[in-house]
Amino acid sequence: MSITRDEVAHLARLSRLALTDAELDHFAGQLDQIIGAVARVQEVAAEGIPPMTHAVPVVNIFRDDVEEPCLTPEQALAGAPAAEQGRFRVPRILAED
Amino acid sequence: MAAAEPTQLTHMSAAQIAGTIATGEVSAVEVTQAHLDRIATVDQDVHAFLHVAGLGALAAAEDVDRRRAAGEPLGPLAGVPLALKDVMTTADMPTTCGSKILERWRPPYDATVTRRLRDAGVVILGKTNMDEFAMGSSTENSAYGPSHNPWNLSLVPGGSSGGSSAAVAAFEAPLAIGTDTGGSIRQPAAVCGIVGMKPTYGGSSRYGLVAFASSLDTPGPLARTVLDAALLHEAISGHDPCDSTSVDAPVPPVVAAARQADVSGLRIGVVAEFSGDGYQSGVQARFTEAVELLESLGAKVVEVSCPHFTYALPAYYLIAPSECSSNLARFDGMRYGLRVGDDETRSADEVMSLTRAAGFGPEVKRRIMLGTYALSSGYYDAYYGKAQQVRTLISRDFDAAFEQVDVLVSPTTPTTAFPIGERVDDPMAMYLADLFTIPSDLAGNAAISVPCGLAPENGLPVGLQVMAPALADDRTYRVAAAVEAAFEQRWGGPLLAHAKGLPAPEARAGMGPDGGSR
Repeated sequence: MSITRDEVAHLARLSRLALTDAELDHFAGQLDQIIGAVARVQEVAAEGIPPMTHAVPVVNIFRDDVEEPCLTPEQALAGAPAAEQGRFRVPRILAED
Repeated sequence: MAAAEPTQLTHMSAAQIAGTIATGEVSAVEVTQAHLDRIATVDQDVHAFLHVAGLGALAAAEDVDRRRAAGEPLGPLAGVPLALKDVMTTADMPTTCGSKILERWRPPYDATVTRRLRDAGVVILGKTNMDEFAMGSSTENSAYGPSHNPWNLSLVPGGSSGGSSAAVAAFEAPLAIGTDTGGSIRQPAAVCGIVGMKPTYGGSSRYGLVAFASSLDTPGPLARTVLDAALLHEAISGHDPCDSTSVDAPVPPVVAAARQADVSGLRIGVVAEFSGDGYQSGVQARFTEAVELLESLGAKVVEVSCPHFTYALPAYYLIAPSECSSNLARFDGMRYGLRVGDDETRSADEVMSLTRAAGFGPEVKRRIMLGTYALSSGYYDAYYGKAQQVRTLISRDFDAAFEQVDVLVSPTTPTTAFPIGERVDDPMAMYLADLFTIPSDLAGNAAISVPCGLAPENGLPVGLQVMAPALADDRTYRVAAAVEAAFEQRWGGPLLAHAKGLPAPEARAGMGPDGGSR
């Protein structure tokens, strides 16, 4: 399995990374090498072996439905790149047309 | 009694510092000032810290002195200074994760680990350098420049918790907090000649730890002695309702185990796959010597095969990037951190892509794309799914091994510290630094690194890794403390006394830690 430069450009778009042509050239070779190396997992992961996500099995954790202290609006907005009227100000999310 | 000299204060263990503060021999403010002075003297060369909170640290120390004077009961680490990895949130200090995307970000809340440190009277000196979002093994992926190894400033201090390991090895702090996802506590500890411990996953809280790979990330202690590491381990551990994967069980008796320091009758397994030819000769020599030492101390040593451990590295570099690609989606330039290109005409989508391209460094970009690939439909089963199955196989190898032995041992790293710049644009070479540490992360069990000497070929520190079953963290401390005591007796003092360029106490005659006599 190998990965092409076009596929890396597609991954960059999916990942919301506006990469330069030079970056794409560079990363394409490196990602191809890494993917070739990690494909080794396919040698031993046979049918029927269950997947594992956590060391200690966890189930849904619930707490009592009671009010607990939380951030004030001022605290929540304190790190925002832009805020107005007590809200996050964001660029337009819809196209012009 | 006269106050101890400032140099002595920075060279004492955390347990000794807490003891002298408790007796009133020295004040917490004096201890903190001595460490701030040390930072002012050496950190321009070491670059362990991204932020030093001098005033906040002195205020915290004053509070400890006031509480002591008022006769309030103080914990075993009250007044002891600590360096905190810049991945743990702090309401009174910036938290950058070594990334431009969070430059100057000040979190609105403290991490649980931060909160517990403050409650224990630990004095937080500042925030330590790290590979960006904890992705790396050298601190060279920090957006703020690398930290330097106190043994030789042209070498890496390991990573990702390399600022923390460098701070402790350079006597800028007796204690530090790191986080371990693939070895990021143990590997930097090993290459800096100090102690580093990855607790059982879920034993220490992830609340306020900026997430890299949520099923692996584990905060833990770095220190110059095994007992100090255990004291810090105990201070930060225990169930936290704010972390849904926090283990609701008693903290293992790690401090008692560190004081016990006895391996007689213990069954110890040498991981066959992680020893022998093919790894750096001096690392193997010191490891073999450590195993012989354990036998001489009454442990029963056998070789154990863990056939899937060599698949841990490839499985890790699918699982960790997959989780990273999901976790780092939160850095979208909308709610906190950097925003680039918001010129009133560009869309949120364009601003997001420009922000992430400008804010993330190369390794983070590689891993986000790798994870996006591994999780995409068509490749999910072949990569992420297979990696999760390998995780099961590694866990089964551990289970089978722990039916025969109480702990497993290996070298912590395949090599000693490498030069800054050597692997920086060769990801696969960099990834190999974590070859021996990753299995315990994937299985979620407990593992420690303790110094076991110097590689004869370059005089650099080597770490012994001790791995124990989940929730049996105390066993790793029992073994590490026994190794530490026996080696220090043989060497005539701690390994760090041999670090060049650092003021060190006089070493007594004996066999040198590189195997030669002195």
